[in-house]
Amino acid sequence: MKLTVWTYEGPPHVGAMRVATGMTGLHYVLHAPQGDTYADLLFTMIERRDHRPPVTYTTFQARDLGSDTADLFKTSLQDAYTRFEPEALIVGASCTAELIQDDPGGMAETMDIPVPVIPLELPSYQRKENFGADETFFQIVRALAKPMDRTAQITCNLIGPTALGFRHRDDITEITSLLSDMGISVNVVAPMTASPSDIARMGAAHFNVLMYPETAESAARWMERELDQPYTKTVPIGVGATRDFVAEVAQITGLAPYLDESRLRLPWYSKSVDSTYLTGKRIFLFGDGTHVAAAARIARDEMGFDVVGLGCYNREMARSIRALAKDYGVDALITDDYLEVERVIEKLQPEMILGTQMERHIGKRLGIPCAVISAPVHVQDFPARYSPQMGIEGANVIFDTWVHPLVMGLEEHLLHMFRDDFEFHDAAGPSHHGGHTPKPEDPQAAPASMGNVIWLEDAERELKKIPFFVRGKARRNTETFASERGVSEISIDTLYEAKAHYAR
Amino acid sequence: MTEAPRLPISGGCRNEPILKQRGQREVFCGLTGIIWLHRKMQDAFFLVIGSRTCAHLLQSAAGVMIFAEPRFGTAILEESDLAGMADAQTELDKVVDQLLARRTDIKQLFLVGSCPSEVIKLDLSRAAERMTEKYAPSVRVLNFSGSGIETTFTQGEDACLASMVPVLPDTAERQLVLVGALPDVVEEQAVSLLSDMGIGPIKVLPAPRADTDLGVGENTVFALTQPFLGDTHAALERRGARHLPAPFPFGEEGTTAWLRAIADEFGVDADTFERVTAAPRARARKAIAQAAQALRGKSIFFFPDSQLEIPLARFLTRECGMEATEIGAPFIHKGIMGPDLDMLAQGPTFSEGQDVDLQLDRCRAARPDLTVCGLGLANPLEAEGLATKWAIELVFTPVHFYEQAGDLAGLFSRPLRRADLLDLEGTA
Repeated sequence: MKLTVWTYEGPPHVGAMRVATGMTGLHYVLHAPQGDTYADLLFTMIERRDHRPPVTYTTFQARDLGSDTADLFKTSLQDAYTRFEPEALIVGASCTAELIQDDPGGMAETMDIPVPVIPLELPSYQRKENFGADETFFQIVRALAKPMDRTAQITCNLIGPTALGFRHRDDITEITSLLSDMGISVNVVAPMTASPSDIARMGAAHFNVLMYPETAESAARWMERELDQPYTKTVPIGVGATRDFVAEVAQITGLAPYLDESRLRLPWYSKSVDSTYLTGKRIFLFGDGTHVAAAARIARDEMGFDVVGLGCYNREMARSIRALAKDYGVDALITDDYLEVERVIEKLQPEMILGTQMERHIGKRLGIPCAVISAPVHVQDFPARYSPQMGIEGANVIFDTWVHPLVMGLEEHLLHMFRDDFEFHDAAGPSHHGGHTPKPEDPQAAPASMGNVIWLEDAERELKKIPFFVRGKARRNTETFASERGVSEISIDTLYEAKAHYAR
Repeated sequence: MTEAPRLPISGGCRNEPILKQRGQREVFCGLTGIIWLHRKMQDAFFLVIGSRTCAHLLQSAAGVMIFAEPRFGTAILEESDLAGMADAQTELDKVVDQLLARRTDIKQLFLVGSCPSEVIKLDLSRAAERMTEKYAPSVRVLNFSGSGIETTFTQGEDACLASMVPVLPDTAERQLVLVGALPDVVEEQAVSLLSDMGIGPIKVLPAPRADTDLGVGENTVFALTQPFLGDTHAALERRGARHLPAPFPFGEEGTTAWLRAIADEFGVDADTFERVTAAPRARARKAIAQAAQALRGKSIFFFPDSQLEIPLARFLTRECGMEATEIGAPFIHKGIMGPDLDMLAQGPTFSEGQDVDLQLDRCRAARPDLTVCGLGLANPLEAEGLATKWAIELVFTPVHFYEQAGDLAGLFSRPLRRADLLDLEGTA
């Protein structure tokens, strides 16, 4: 039993949902109690998906236990097939269903479902979300992909992107265009965008681009073994890594390396004099292993930062992250306990954090700027604009994203010069985004204003009960309301008269 | 002025048939209630004994990364805990020791059962008894279940409050207890209206702190502020307290009827009632009238979610001029919902529980002007051209009593006003 207040990764069946939701023509029948449907909102709200995830939950209740949960599963599977007519189904159990041992895979086998039904065994009490995604994609590929003739032209599969992935949508576009510049077209992108019939023709590609080892390494290894497809080991995030990636692809395919750097701005921006203030900034890195490893290289080699600590939350990457940390002369932090991450950050006192949304919050509390480099995702990680992490444009995006939270060059000097100035001081934060440091609410702020209108004590108390972020507006509205009517004392009634007056 | 609400000529809906279908339910489990309960009870910690899914639900439903160290957490069961039961109890003791050592501000600890803990039959009441003895008198340990196999969304609050009732001290005092976790500002409005009528003493369940002098007994009468408190209602009656049935205090009409039921019990005269309620009633009517302009004549369809559906349908049809197409609720407690059902005009379909796919088919066929549904359905329905209102906001926003009546109507009118405002095709 482990006490957890917040977790970087969801349970493994959420990983399976990320695969299913990224795909088309696939349906997931999940044996799960009522309540597990909460996971739908991750996709419809965080990612703003305009369709429900293709998941049917059996939603069993206490009264079903011991009697007919197995029948319930069979009915749900049959109904889901009839209603959605998918090309293939995946079936599995969430944590509770795992305990009642109904064996969804076995039951599905006894039914005459005329499309492939792929059983998933995802141990909920041992593993987590990334494992669930990786294992699910692997099982789908293993069940559907077959050896076949290669395409006449050199093609590859892009593997790893899923629903709820950190910038996966835009990385696909960037890498597709990068490969196209080399004369390589994309055979299948999977799991995101692929249907089961697309998975079936993955064998036609000459090699695989493993974009995210977290979610597709098992499938990549299997395809290397069974379909004789090599896969890329370099994740093209950052300038150096993108160049290495191009070299690796050239080596796999025998094509000449080619990288269009006409739009690449990171190296010059990093060299330009304004960036001298980035020199030696003490950086702490935390996230999934892949993004942390890529970010460490960019931080040191391309931004001139000093990496003072790094780590990852997914244990699957522990070994490679430990090796990396050794390389950087720091200790690796492998944990999924954010309180431990917070303690390490507090101890190291870095000048900037490159982390997940949780580290962004930790940074807010500690007054340390933070840029987000990794899942778990937040609605902010799905920007409307094109915003990849990979390739040339990814490097440009990363430069902007990392520099943005910092105090800009000359401004930093001014802060030092006017250290005690009432406007220019550390606590004021960078001027270009309204300050990221938490400002304690000044109890004396906004005293009874507006000339001769007085707040009676009980009204003032009532006002304090209104959430602080609308309190200012409520105060202003009430005072305007009162003075327009020639009321000189604001009572609770005045407050609510005004509220009703302005009600929409 | 203080006439009783006019009942619908067509007859109320207390005996209307209820559509019950069995299929996938698209609802939260009772654990979700912890998100607002822990804000309300400021010295309580909620420890879910469950899986990673439970922890993930709590953080996802609340969108939380906001608390330095929230007063809720999950003791995540691991493979080793599932092997032997004695082991799990010892493990739980360890976790609680750890927790209470670090959080000396905690005076009430709730051990909250989940689907996995219920399925493996982990006896949390025994654990709670053992810990209550161990940590007395500084910490009181209680247990309830928020599991999805037994509870739906707001039922978690019901289970929590019901678990507190048996340990309340006995009192012979004639008193009023308001039952239901409300935002402080709303709760204080209710207390002040009732106090102004001369009613007292007034207590609230849940109290913000464990050490308040809340007792219960035969001279206690209680009013529910939330419609989902069936088990708490039963637990209070078992302690001899008497329920004051009334419509729920949403909108001007609901609030007035709810206050009247209490005023009648305490023998408040008509003049006093009028004096206390006239001004806020007028304000509520005015605010509702403004917000309701966008709602008049519009149809509304409720997916089951918070149990607030029936009282809200009553408010929206009677005070805002909407037409209800279907009113779905996770379950319908006729005893508690009766007064609201009596006031609802016949016409809408009532459904209890759900088969979400079939219900979506009905919703698409009806094409209501506004659909009230959970977060998993809202964007997909919007993409199909149906305006939606997230149901969860109704639980997290102050919506009770007079001063919030306009806000409540506003929650429903905003999606419609927004649809009118946007010109995304550039056709203006």
